[in-house]
Amino acid sequence: MPAGCPPHSTTASLPQHGDRGFPFAAAAAAGQAPPRPRPAAAMQFMLLFSRQGKLRLQKWYVPLSDKEKKKITRELVQTVLARKPKMCSFLEWRDLKIVYKRYASLYFCCAIEDQDNELITLEIIHRYVELLDKYFGSVCELDIIFNFEKAYFILDEFLLGGEVQETSKKNVLKAIEQADLLQEPRHEYFNVPVY
Amino acid sequence: MVVPSLKLQDLIEEIRGAKTQAQEREVIQKECAHIRASFRDGDPVHRHRQLAKLLYVHMLGYPAHFGQMECLKLIASSRFTDKRVGYLGAMLLLDESDLSQGIQPVQGLALCTLSTMGSAEMCRDLAPEVEKLLLQPSPYVRKKAILTAVHMIRKVPELSSVFLPPCAQLLHERHHGILLGTITLITELCERSPAALRHFRKVVPQLVHILRTLVTMGYSTEHSISGVSDPFLQVQILRLLRILGRNHEESSETMNDLLAQVATNTDTSRNAGNAVLFETVLTIMDIRSAAGLRVLAVNILGRFLLNSDRNIRYVALTSLLRLVQSDHSAVQRHRPTVVECLRETDASLSRRALELSLALVNSSNVRAMMQELQAFLESCPPDLRADCASGILLAAERFAPTKRWHIDTILHVLTTAGTHVRDDAVANLTQLIGGAQELHAYSVRRLYNALAEDISQQPLVQVAAWCIGEYGDLLLAGNCEEIEPLQVDEEEVLALLEKVLQSHMSLPATRGYALTALMKLSTRLCGDNNRIRQVVSIYGSCLDVELQQRAVEYDTLFRKYDHMRAAILEKMPLVERDGPQADEEAKESKEAAQLSEAAPVPTEPQASQLLDLLDLLDGASGDVQHPPHLDPSPGGALVHLLDLPCVPPPPAPIPDLKVFEREGVQLNLSFIRPPENPALLLITITATNFSEGDVTHFICQAAVPKSLQLQLQAPSGNTVPARGGLPITQLFRILNPNKAPLRLKLRLTYDHFHQSVQEIFEVNNLPVESWQ
Repeated sequence: MPAGCPPHSTTASLPQHGDRGFPFAAAAAAGQAPPRPRPAAAMQFMLLFSRQGKLRLQKWYVPLSDKEKKKITRELVQTVLARKPKMCSFLEWRDLKIVYKRYASLYFCCAIEDQDNELITLEIIHRYVELLDKYFGSVCELDIIFNFEKAYFILDEFLLGGEVQETSKKNVLKAIEQADLLQEPRHEYFNVPVY
Repeated sequence: MVVPSLKLQDLIEEIRGAKTQAQEREVIQKECAHIRASFRDGDPVHRHRQLAKLLYVHMLGYPAHFGQMECLKLIASSRFTDKRVGYLGAMLLLDESDLSQGIQPVQGLALCTLSTMGSAEMCRDLAPEVEKLLLQPSPYVRKKAILTAVHMIRKVPELSSVFLPPCAQLLHERHHGILLGTITLITELCERSPAALRHFRKVVPQLVHILRTLVTMGYSTEHSISGVSDPFLQVQILRLLRILGRNHEESSETMNDLLAQVATNTDTSRNAGNAVLFETVLTIMDIRSAAGLRVLAVNILGRFLLNSDRNIRYVALTSLLRLVQSDHSAVQRHRPTVVECLRETDASLSRRALELSLALVNSSNVRAMMQELQAFLESCPPDLRADCASGILLAAERFAPTKRWHIDTILHVLTTAGTHVRDDAVANLTQLIGGAQELHAYSVRRLYNALAEDISQQPLVQVAAWCIGEYGDLLLAGNCEEIEPLQVDEEEVLALLEKVLQSHMSLPATRGYALTALMKLSTRLCGDNNRIRQVVSIYGSCLDVELQQRAVEYDTLFRKYDHMRAAILEKMPLVERDGPQADEEAKESKEAAQLSEAAPVPTEPQASQLLDLLDLLDGASGDVQHPPHLDPSPGGALVHLLDLPCVPPPPAPIPDLKVFEREGVQLNLSFIRPPENPALLLITITATNFSEGDVTHFICQAAVPKSLQLQLQAPSGNTVPARGGLPITQLFRILNPNKAPLRLKLRLTYDHFHQSVQEIFEVNNLPVESWQ
């Protein structure tokens, strides 16, 4: 797989009914936030990108058109890359909170809602990195580039719909192992049984 | 792939044409290969056709999993044909196999996809399946099913009723993943429906129990992070407790102990513990917690502020900012730490610290805080300057202990960050200075010094120019106790203003101020006005229209209306905050008790004599207002002109009136009604002498009916030389708020031809426009 090819999310964006557009979703008022009427996913999206701004993984938990996604990605990557190393991991961007952390040459960047806990999001990022590390054995950016679908699979075992689904590292890794075992030896991308 | 794809009908025909099962399988296999290749190639044009064929094949019982992705692509396409087939495929393919019959990992995948991008229709259709899966024995699938349910509820809120019942049972599970999902589900349900909220309040004790078990039990390495048991679960439970406890006394009370326990027992050496602590604080602040608990929460935040981890400090500052309104005194205790944070190198942190510091300023700490904030202003990054400057000015306005401190503060802000202040800062400052009578000398001196050093900061220059113009005489008087005596030469002052005028750094508005100031100085300074006149006439041909207009007007003032110049250029009265003009009615200001030196109002001695006059008027009794109630100086329409960049429209002219003539001595009245102040009438009396003898000791007194107020200004002189010498002018200000008919009685005394003359008369034929 050529290194320069940006991996696409396994999800396509579907036209949704009755959704408010993001990021124009009404932001909770600063101060004592009243219970929000219709919150979207807690985590809106997660992006992984290199120091040169190349996107390595994108997971969107809100429905958006392709164009919007590209625009957001571009802007956010620029904003985060412009931050100096000593600055804190949180920033406000549009009406979202962005939590980012750099591990080696990769930036892990999550967008959360106004009422979400930034510190626990840092833990979520860290847990994901630990999972990748355990799976790939001392993970580096190349692993993610060449095995991007595995990275997605691992993410999908850890988070579902923007929420944490499994808090035990052991369980997540076990599930991935089992799924790997099921993968038939034919190296087709779509697991198609032989007929 | 060169082979053109078959149309659906062709394929169906072909399949039906197959004689045996094996033949059919062969056809289908070949076609599937084509379809797969076509999908891989991403051919959009025929995709719907391929999928349709696939669905047919699928209907016959052959596996067609690889088409699932294509369904979604088709759904996303904008063409109706594509969408139609896409949705059909989704319903057929996704529905049937994987969700209900697939092996667990596959079920998991299906649920994952559904939860990430399931459309509303899909959610509705598949809700029963998901519900079933909620109760399946395998925790792997259950946890995913629960979170899928969360997503479904977000998409289709009506499904809440489907997923509400299982929650109670799910809460009893021990598996962390299931618990986590359940709590998320309950949170979602409660946030959407008040009924669900009420329903779930009864599980508060159970939640408390779960959390307590988590916290107190020794940790299981499986779920814990750096000594904190399952922080994800803890945080989620705390969030739910927050929602349940909000505005509900009973629930809040149940949680109090637990929250205190979590707050005190959590290990805060690593981020995980701090995350839980942070969530606890948020919950405490949001529910109806005991006062002691709230203080504990604020103190935790205060401790966070001292944490070496920048992220924690950021989070603390943000939360404290939210709390500063509701728990002001508790936050005040941490003020020193907050002020320390102003020195942060990280801009987002210092910005937060700035906002919080500004919110913490109150009357008792204002001096200390201002010092810190001003120090910050000097060193802060440029994008924060504007906010800091306006914040300081606002706080100074609200809490200034003394006027002098206030002026000093504003001065300092203007010198440090002059270019970043808001536009109305200049107006505010001039008004402030104008109102602080006792500080005129001090202000003008300081401003002069500041201006002499630096003429580049426009707001400062504007204010300084205005002040020098207004109080130039005080500047030259040389004595002021507050700062060292400064000997300022008239020439120096004029030179400075000229420098401002000529500098390329000066904005047009600034030039306007400077020109006006120069003009005013022509009456304040004692030297001759040639230099000023020169400058003024130069600017008469300036390219800037505004300046040109002013210069021409001033020039005219010198040449033709010199007698009015003193009156017009007198000191400004206190300007109202909202309106930029001298508003006579609002002058309840007690500062006007002292009269400014330049405009002595000699109505006192005249008052007693006037009383006789007034007796002669019908129903009159003393109605000359004593000066202490009114500000001493005039503000006619023309004075506005001199002080503001914009020119008010000229008032409709009222014709002059000749009221008296005797032996070559004439008295004329001219009327002005400023449009901004309809109740005000300005009368200028002009006494001219065309006789052969001088008029000396000329005094004019006036009286008006009771409902009007009259103020007499000092006359320009007492002598009218013979043969058309320089006339005497005097300004009367009459306030007529009720628009009562104007009546005016005049009393003249003077010496003429070595004789004493006294005349008393009422003015007839006063024009109607003067009082209507």
